[in-house]
Amino acid sequence: MTEPLIELANLGFAWPGQAQLLDIPAFTLARGETLFLKGPSGSGKTTLLGLLGGVQRAQSGHIRLLGQDLGQLSAGARDRFRVDHTGYIFQQFNLLPFLSVRENVELPCRFSRLRAERARQRHGSIDAAAAALLDHLGLRADLLGRRADELSIGQQQRVAAARALIGQPELVIADEPTSALDFDAREAFLQLLFAECRAAGASLLFVSHDQSLASLFDRNLSLAELNRATRPQEA
Amino acid sequence: MHLIRIALASLANRRFTALLTVFAIALSVCLLLAVERVRTEARASFANTISGTDLIVGARSGSVNLLLYSVFRIGNATNNIRWDSFEHFANHRQVKWAIPISLGDSHRGYRVMGTSTAYFEHYRYARSQALKLAQGREFADDPFEVVLGAEVAQALGYGLGENIVLAHGVATISLVKHDDKPFTVVGILERTGTPVDRTLHISLAGMEALHIDWQNGMPARGAAQISADQARAMDLQPKQITAFMLGLNSKIATFSLQREINEFRGEPLLAILPGVALQELWSLMGTAEKALFVVSLFVVLTGLIGMLTAILTSLNERRREMAILRSVGARPWHIASLLVLEAFALALAGVAFGVALLYLGIAGSQGFVQANYGLYLALNAPSSYEWKLLGGILAAAVAMGSVPAWRAYRQSLADGLSIRL
Repeated sequence: MTEPLIELANLGFAWPGQAQLLDIPAFTLARGETLFLKGPSGSGKTTLLGLLGGVQRAQSGHIRLLGQDLGQLSAGARDRFRVDHTGYIFQQFNLLPFLSVRENVELPCRFSRLRAERARQRHGSIDAAAAALLDHLGLRADLLGRRADELSIGQQQRVAAARALIGQPELVIADEPTSALDFDAREAFLQLLFAECRAAGASLLFVSHDQSLASLFDRNLSLAELNRATRPQEA
Repeated sequence: MHLIRIALASLANRRFTALLTVFAIALSVCLLLAVERVRTEARASFANTISGTDLIVGARSGSVNLLLYSVFRIGNATNNIRWDSFEHFANHRQVKWAIPISLGDSHRGYRVMGTSTAYFEHYRYARSQALKLAQGREFADDPFEVVLGAEVAQALGYGLGENIVLAHGVATISLVKHDDKPFTVVGILERTGTPVDRTLHISLAGMEALHIDWQNGMPARGAAQISADQARAMDLQPKQITAFMLGLNSKIATFSLQREINEFRGEPLLAILPGVALQELWSLMGTAEKALFVVSLFVVLTGLIGMLTAILTSLNERRREMAILRSVGARPWHIASLLVLEAFALALAGVAFGVALLYLGIAGSQGFVQANYGLYLALNAPSSYEWKLLGGILAAAVAMGSVPAWRAYRQSLADGLSIRL
């Protein structure tokens, strides 16, 4: 068995002056796996994603991404590690409205040499990589030069997916990316996302409170089951 | 490079506020530079007004007053001096040359000065530059000849051979005109950038002829009137003049001659050193000039604070932008430099626009300012001092930009990737 992509062990985290928010004894995500993580708002979901992204540092335990213990990296190194290996898709408003679609997609390559290099290797150039991804995600080539805020919400989410995938990061984290879409569009979007993750060999960590999509994933988990910390609203 | 692109695109997205900010900075920069230009130019043209003259002598009053009316054609003499006093000192063994000056008449707001041909020969301005005739010749034997300053000729559109009527007194609108004795323009001087440009020069004989039939400060009427032709035939030796300028054989004698003039028994006289009086006068105006400069510095500061306010208020609504940038790999210092870049871009645009406004303003008002205030504002490239000022403004903008940069830095550390809507 290959080394897991994400490995959490005895992770503990609390915001300063607040009760323990996360206490996760063990959690792994295999390479290439798609995981549905159910988490209602207030469950510490956002904090967990922040920890995985290296924005916050765990107070106890380990987070290993690709075998690298994030806790041992400096803040700057964690930032670099995040962009090198993780693509993000958020709920809504993923894009910088004042940049073009193409510029939005290419942003990670501007901050990560590794992803720029991979995009070039696979597609010849960063521009070609962006165009290919957008094409696969069903966006017409004439939208490339448009300002991001001229697109519909569904189109914007596909642009966000292309941005998360450019330069083949090993992990794609999606935080309720479909909540702004209607049901039919959700499934279509997910299928495209799956296909692209598979093509890029990326794992997908999909966080949502919408159980209806769970069956489409390799595996599904609930953050409430994972997390042993007693949360104030349940106390 | 991509940070610059992002900063500019983000600014373009807020173009209305950005443009207002740029405009505010531009206006303040323009004001600062304009004040600076006028200040420098005023000082230069001031210092260039007269040179080579060792002493100016007039009736006893204040040195600044004497300087003002004899050189700047501003204000009036308190009293005249006698011709024989002039002759006494003109023939003094230390004196190389003497220029008599007689003032009191005007032509459409420009002062008329009665003098001798010694004026054209010895008067110097700027760095010992002599007066030159652009057209025609100096006035000669006929008393009714006039030599115009460059600006008088240009502003009033006079050429050689023109007949003009002088007015009594120095008010712009004169009620009493010497219309019975018109003058002919025989020469026009080259531009000097000094009050000479705004002066009409006639001979002392002409000045005398104008007033020969005047009694008790009023023109003669009826039979007592003397025509121009009659005047020509009369003795036109003046009895009084307003002031005179002296050039000495040796500079060393300046102070002793000054004392001698000041202690002259014939009548109360005052001799001044033009350089000293110029300095005295400038120190009077210097305070106002400095105050003006300080005020315009504060206006620039206000412009920059306006920019600071605009950036700070935008921070909150831009948290999402920052979080997106963080999620695609921007580090907190990227976010901070983005804001410093933004401040720099706004200030740079403001400075560039301000400089453009200044040059437009100078190009547009050059003629007017020269005609009305005698200041020649050149369309020069910014001086090294002006470059320093502009650099200082940019540096101040960057320093101010570091305030929102610091806040955004803290904010993006705290917010991380989560977008709080």
